[in-house]
Amino acid sequence: MENTMDIIENPFSKSNNNKGKEIKEKAVIGITQIAVLLIIAILFVILGIIIYQGRDKFSWEFISSFPTDGMTKGGIFPALIGTFILVIVMSIAAVPFGTITAIYLTEYAHEKSKFAAAVRFSIRTLAVVPSIIFGLFGLGFFIQFMGKGMDSTFNGGELHWGQPNILWASLTMALLTLPVIIVSVEEALKTIPRELREASLALGATKWQTIKQVVFPGSISGIMTGTILAVSRGAGEVAPILFTGAAYYLATLPGSLSDQFMNLGYHVYIMSTQSSDVEKTMPIQFATTLVLLILTLSLNLVAVVIRSRIRRKAK
Amino acid sequence: MNSPLPKEPTFTKESLKKQFRLSEFLAEKVISSVAFLSIAIIFLIFIFVFKESLPLFSAAEKVQVQTETQTITGATVETYGSETSTESEPETYGEPAESLEPETYGTPTEELNPVAEESSEPETYGTVTEDLNPDSASEEVVAVDEKVTQNNEGEDRTWSTFFTTEWVPVSDNPRFGLIALLIGTLKVTLIAMLIAGPLAILAAVYTSCFASNRRKEIIKPIIEMLAAFPSVVIGFFAMMVLATFFQDIFGYDSRLNAFIGGVAMALAAIPIIYTISEDALSAVPKTYTEASLALGASKAQTAFSVILPAATPGIFAALLLGVGRVFGETMIALMATGNAALLSANPFESVRTFAATIGSEMAETVFGETHYSVLFFIGSLLFIFSFILNAVAEFYVKGKLIKKFQGK
Amino acid sequence: MRDIKIQVNDLSLYYGEKKALKEISMQIPANKVTALIGPSGCGKSTFLRCINRMNDLIPSVKITGEMLVEGVDIYDKNVDVVNIRKKIGMVFQKSNPFPKSIYENVAYGPRINGLKDKTQLDEIVETSLRQAAIWDEFKDRLDDSALGLSGGQQQRLCIARTLAVSPDIILMDEPASALDPISTSKIEELVHQLKENYTIIIVTHNMQQAARTSDHTAFFYMGELIEMGKTNAIFTKPEKKQTEDYITGRFG
Repeated sequence: MENTMDIIENPFSKSNNNKGKEIKEKAVIGITQIAVLLIIAILFVILGIIIYQGRDKFSWEFISSFPTDGMTKGGIFPALIGTFILVIVMSIAAVPFGTITAIYLTEYAHEKSKFAAAVRFSIRTLAVVPSIIFGLFGLGFFIQFMGKGMDSTFNGGELHWGQPNILWASLTMALLTLPVIIVSVEEALKTIPRELREASLALGATKWQTIKQVVFPGSISGIMTGTILAVSRGAGEVAPILFTGAAYYLATLPGSLSDQFMNLGYHVYIMSTQSSDVEKTMPIQFATTLVLLILTLSLNLVAVVIRSRIRRKAK
Repeated sequence: MNSPLPKEPTFTKESLKKQFRLSEFLAEKVISSVAFLSIAIIFLIFIFVFKESLPLFSAAEKVQVQTETQTITGATVETYGSETSTESEPETYGEPAESLEPETYGTPTEELNPVAEESSEPETYGTVTEDLNPDSASEEVVAVDEKVTQNNEGEDRTWSTFFTTEWVPVSDNPRFGLIALLIGTLKVTLIAMLIAGPLAILAAVYTSCFASNRRKEIIKPIIEMLAAFPSVVIGFFAMMVLATFFQDIFGYDSRLNAFIGGVAMALAAIPIIYTISEDALSAVPKTYTEASLALGASKAQTAFSVILPAATPGIFAALLLGVGRVFGETMIALMATGNAALLSANPFESVRTFAATIGSEMAETVFGETHYSVLFFIGSLLFIFSFILNAVAEFYVKGKLIKKFQGK
Repeated sequence: MRDIKIQVNDLSLYYGEKKALKEISMQIPANKVTALIGPSGCGKSTFLRCINRMNDLIPSVKITGEMLVEGVDIYDKNVDVVNIRKKIGMVFQKSNPFPKSIYENVAYGPRINGLKDKTQLDEIVETSLRQAAIWDEFKDRLDDSALGLSGGQQQRLCIARTLAVSPDIILMDEPASALDPISTSKIEELVHQLKENYTIIIVTHNMQQAARTSDHTAFFYMGELIEMGKTNAIFTKPEKKQTEDYITGRFG
């Protein structure tokens, strides 16, 4: 093998010109390699510094206790719980919606349908709309329109739903994470072999029966991946909840959907920009960031593993 | 269906007659309606974000209406107490209400006054007070009335201030100079793209053209993991670590500035640009590569003179979507750019972006106030901008790609 | 051919602009095995899929002409495609059991028809598996996943699954093409037994298989029906030259 290579390459490598070329070739590849290494290095530096700075404060007690002394001491329990409630309510709204839309796109939409093309375009647009716009929409639609409307019809104008709360924040977040779910479920549905659908139809099943019995069970893993990715995204986003429900500090956990809530990401933002003593609370800030990062990254990792399993199965 | 399993199936017109299946019908209708909702959401987002900024547009007509209603609502007129007269403005400039804004705002541009005077003549308006301050608008009636009066008087001024460079939203003489914000946004976007673009594209070229399969399988997920970093984490990191790090190197004055914001946003944009570019590069038909290599071109030559040009439309789309991400990024901008609407070409000065402005000020505005409407107006601009970016990325690029790979 | 099950009149099929089946006219006898042969791409599978309207699933397909099953045109506007498929079952080239247990695979058809009674279901599963001659093999492991079976077992399970809906006609699209010789002969045997109760139409590219299993044979070429007749006749003295060339192995 090597001998043949030599025979082929020798006549060229003798010329000086070619040596210059070779160096240039290596340099070009080297530059691209440096770009990759640089990005990966940055990623690990961020991770490393946050772990390093946050490790002292990071403990079970930190996670399970309330903040005290004007948030200069204590833990992040309410922020963690608030984030959990947020992503749960968000998933309840977004998962069925996203799954059904994905089923429409793979099972019902005709190839050349303009409607389906519009749906696809809308979903992609939804994926690139800045998250702050969702916040504005949440404020304008959910709070001012829906909330105030509910108040004036049911509560006689008394302000109850027409203000920021966990429900509106969750729904806002649900819109933001919708594309994530749709894309995941659609991908899973596409891996279900056409033969299985045909087998079901050939047995005299209707389209809907086929979807219920064959297609849907095959999409469960995709729904799971989508949900996990959406939760990871929703747990980390702050801009959409800035004015739809996140609270600076609450002494109690939210008791109903119409309460405001604390949130990990918002907590990081508030502590680092508006805390009474930013220097003093630095360890708390890093530890909170660490908790948030562990949460989002581990969820993402789980999703990646499930997804690669689906892909391998499809092959 | 008569019996579940007819023992002797017969093919008669009767037994094969078209059946109406309710569940089938309902399922299809429900599923398509849910799918339709995603289209509806896009419209709703635009409508409701734009709707809240409408008072800015209806203002001109309201001037007429206002003079009439003035007499009817006469009783409440007194409660306004005092209003802004154009002459008294200069005095109030000095003290911006918000601590967020740096002192540099000081002097007003003189051109403002004539424009404002032209349209906001009515003498009935009294003199300046803190009424325009959000806090005092607690009573509903007053708040509403105030809005109307403020519109009446302030609208044309609002419009004319849009094209100035001063952003002083909370003041007796609020000015909404979008130019400063626009420049700030563009500055940060430019810095972020100058860093993220080359880095992400080069990394994509390495992954798709030079890396072995095994390396590819390691590199891709790691870089894509960067996308899982919440922007508040990146913002926090930039604010706490990067800012100090770069200040030690460059020695600039304001710790948080456009450059820091740009670097941080580059981190957010890299995974997007990388992933889409990598897809575009991998989608270039193998025959291109083989043809080039067969002609004696080296790997690097093939990558940069054959594969990269062939993937240009996809990479263009990647950059567009990267711009979209950076342009609308809020948390990083809030935390790392210093948030001062300064007009300067120096990348090491603080800036304020559109998105950060909405994020930091919305909570302090009062529903219906001009400031509130202006923030929503900025939101509409951001939405339209990202919509157009996406549409261009989608249609233009797709069209190009189809032409390229499938012949004219 | 005294007892005609299916009468096809001038059936043409288009994929968009392309005409894939050209004015097919033929008669398929009841309770017999009819083999469709021809080189790949000749339209035999496409034609088979026309009989239970599986081609409806492909959006660009357009079909003209008549397909009369016991005198009823199944492409008539008033005919229900779901009911058609209940009476015309299909076994596919690649075995495609559902990722469920053996029992659930066979019970799938009756269940979607609304049968819930457990004893009745058990009964149907048993008869179907017996008919497919795999009851003895499977009776002790009905709850095992069907995906764990061998290719031949899977294919026979798919036949049992089709029988469970009590169809009248069974379409088989190269059912043994992916199987080893032993499994193939089991399937062929099965086909032979089944023709007592069912009309079977089988697509195959294996000439011996066609000769062994079928009563009638139709030869397709380039989307056209070249020749149809008793299998013996087709294989011993074909009327058309193309048929002879194909059978003697001169092309395809």
